[in-house]
Amino acid sequence: MTETGMISQLLSGWSPGFPPGLILMVAGLLMPVFPGLSRKIVVFAAPVLTLLTVWAVGTDNNVALAFLDYTLNPVSGNGYGLVFATIFSIMAFVGGLYAINQARLIELSAGYVYAGAAIGVTFSGDLLSLFVFWEIMALGSTLVIWSAGTEKAWAASFRYLLIHLLGGVVLMSGITLRVLETGSIAFSAMQPDSLASVLILIGFLLNAGAPPLSAWIADAYPEASPSGMVFLSAFTTKTAVFTLLIGFPGTEILIYIGLYMVFYGIIYALLENDMRRILAYSIVNQVGFMVCAIGIGTELALAGATAHAFAHIIYKALLIMSAGSVLLMTGKRKCTDVGGLIQTMPYTAFNGIIGALAISAFPFTSGFVTKSLETAAAADQGLMLVWFCLMAASAGVFLHAGIKFPWFVFFQKDSGLRPPESPWNMQAAMWIFSFLCIAIGLFPNWFYQILPFPPDYHAYTASHLVTQFQLLLFAGLAFFVLLPMMKRTLTISLDFDWFYRKFLHIVANEFTLKTGAAGSLFEKQLRNKAEALIKRLYKVHGPYGILARTWPSGGMVLWVSVMLAGIIIFSAIF
Amino acid sequence: MIEDPHKHWLYRRSSLPWLWGILIAILVISVVPEFFIQHYTYFEDQGTTIEASFGFHAWYGFFTCAAMVVGAKILGVFLKRKDNYYDD
Repeated sequence: MTETGMISQLLSGWSPGFPPGLILMVAGLLMPVFPGLSRKIVVFAAPVLTLLTVWAVGTDNNVALAFLDYTLNPVSGNGYGLVFATIFSIMAFVGGLYAINQARLIELSAGYVYAGAAIGVTFSGDLLSLFVFWEIMALGSTLVIWSAGTEKAWAASFRYLLIHLLGGVVLMSGITLRVLETGSIAFSAMQPDSLASVLILIGFLLNAGAPPLSAWIADAYPEASPSGMVFLSAFTTKTAVFTLLIGFPGTEILIYIGLYMVFYGIIYALLENDMRRILAYSIVNQVGFMVCAIGIGTELALAGATAHAFAHIIYKALLIMSAGSVLLMTGKRKCTDVGGLIQTMPYTAFNGIIGALAISAFPFTSGFVTKSLETAAAADQGLMLVWFCLMAASAGVFLHAGIKFPWFVFFQKDSGLRPPESPWNMQAAMWIFSFLCIAIGLFPNWFYQILPFPPDYHAYTASHLVTQFQLLLFAGLAFFVLLPMMKRTLTISLDFDWFYRKFLHIVANEFTLKTGAAGSLFEKQLRNKAEALIKRLYKVHGPYGILARTWPSGGMVLWVSVMLAGIIIFSAIF
Repeated sequence: MIEDPHKHWLYRRSSLPWLWGILIAILVISVVPEFFIQHYTYFEDQGTTIEASFGFHAWYGFFTCAAMVVGAKILGVFLKRKDNYYDD
């Protein structure tokens, strides 16, 4: 029996009739009401309660709500969703610990609502419930970015919201069409063979950071606060991975979209100078591996995507916590400004390096036992080109995140900065995730048991160990040999967001200018007309107008006699 | 030139040859097992066993990474802008 089964059985006496994510959402909304210590208790208790509820629901489907002519299933557990909900709950707990003393109340509150909505998606058995939670996630995450309180964060949160509202509209259009076509709102595997399912696919992919709109991740996430980015890195993209996994397993185009994302992430991260943007690009890179595996679609590939998502949330959060500690203690984000921080922040550096090794899939870390499921799935299916690309990309991960991040932040030149370690709660959060990175790496067979179909896969063969060490170590050699080519510059790299941040801006300005000229011409004509009217009125009714003039009394006598004559003639005739 | 003895050992010039020496030693150690290990072949039916050849992962890792760095450098010529590009 799997661990999933055992824990579900322990909790079987209790069958909650509400979506488990609701606990975190309510906790988030009520957080402002709780003062002082009681708020801290809520921060820690809510994720634990959520996790217990997640396991209590297990794979049950015990709530059916009538809505119009449809039946909603907002508490519909499935094996994959359970894994995602589990890691989302753990993430909320450790993210809460990382944020508890430093984050603004609104950020923590929005972060919990956001996390709860993500868990809501993983239990959605129908497309309407899914959509509601999907949109709450968009709002919650926007607030998390916005709560950093800077002008840049405000602008970035707005761009972020626009992109996600666009995605929401596309998704809702797809759902509406699908309901019209099939008459069912059930969320189950689809083929992208109709406009409806293609729109749904696009809606999901947009949240995964797929091309062409990948830029929102690196644009928005790094503007959040140190703890805000930790929350952001976990939920939106991984919820998208979950929905793709349930909705579109084995859809071939996902293989190529995934490969594009993998290399996009590497190239842009290599060009980047901002340490938090490097990590943001590497989210796209990692999600690319998962999207590619979903495209392959075999049981092993889907197990790989799920396991990789689980491990990825942990090590990516760990990397971002490490970068966030540096940001909090130095106020600096650019590689050109930091360096040599290992001297006074050795624990932050150590945890950052554990995260870096895990993301690079170094043996004995969580990346090694999860990502290799995906490459093995490609090999099993005889997808030679895909396999060679994924191997090159694995080496590239070590290059752009595994070495580049720790090297430029904690080593390279000595920047002269001597910041102390970050506060205890941030350190504690990092140690918990470092521990999990190593624990999963050391005991993969225990970890595989939480997957719905535990793969029969042996990560620790002599050949796999040796080949992985070679691949990564020689990638490391390439990094140091080519270091002069990677000298950091004070630059950013253009991306698709150029179209809506620069091009459309220029078009809009130009449009305003042109229409402005036309507008003022029109206004001038209108004004001339009005002035002419006023002049005429004045001429007729003004103090000297024909109707307001003082007439001589002789004139009046004349007119009176004319009237009298008229009356006499009138009465004489009739 | 006399170096500042308070400088962290990682940043002393005199440590550099040692650091390179250690890196090269690790690289050599990683290739040695190639003499004793038989690798799997995945794509034999498609006419290649290169993935199981001697030291494949070593040179493949090195050259693909070098290609990515050079590729990024070339793209950078077109894509890079000053980091205040979007600030109005």
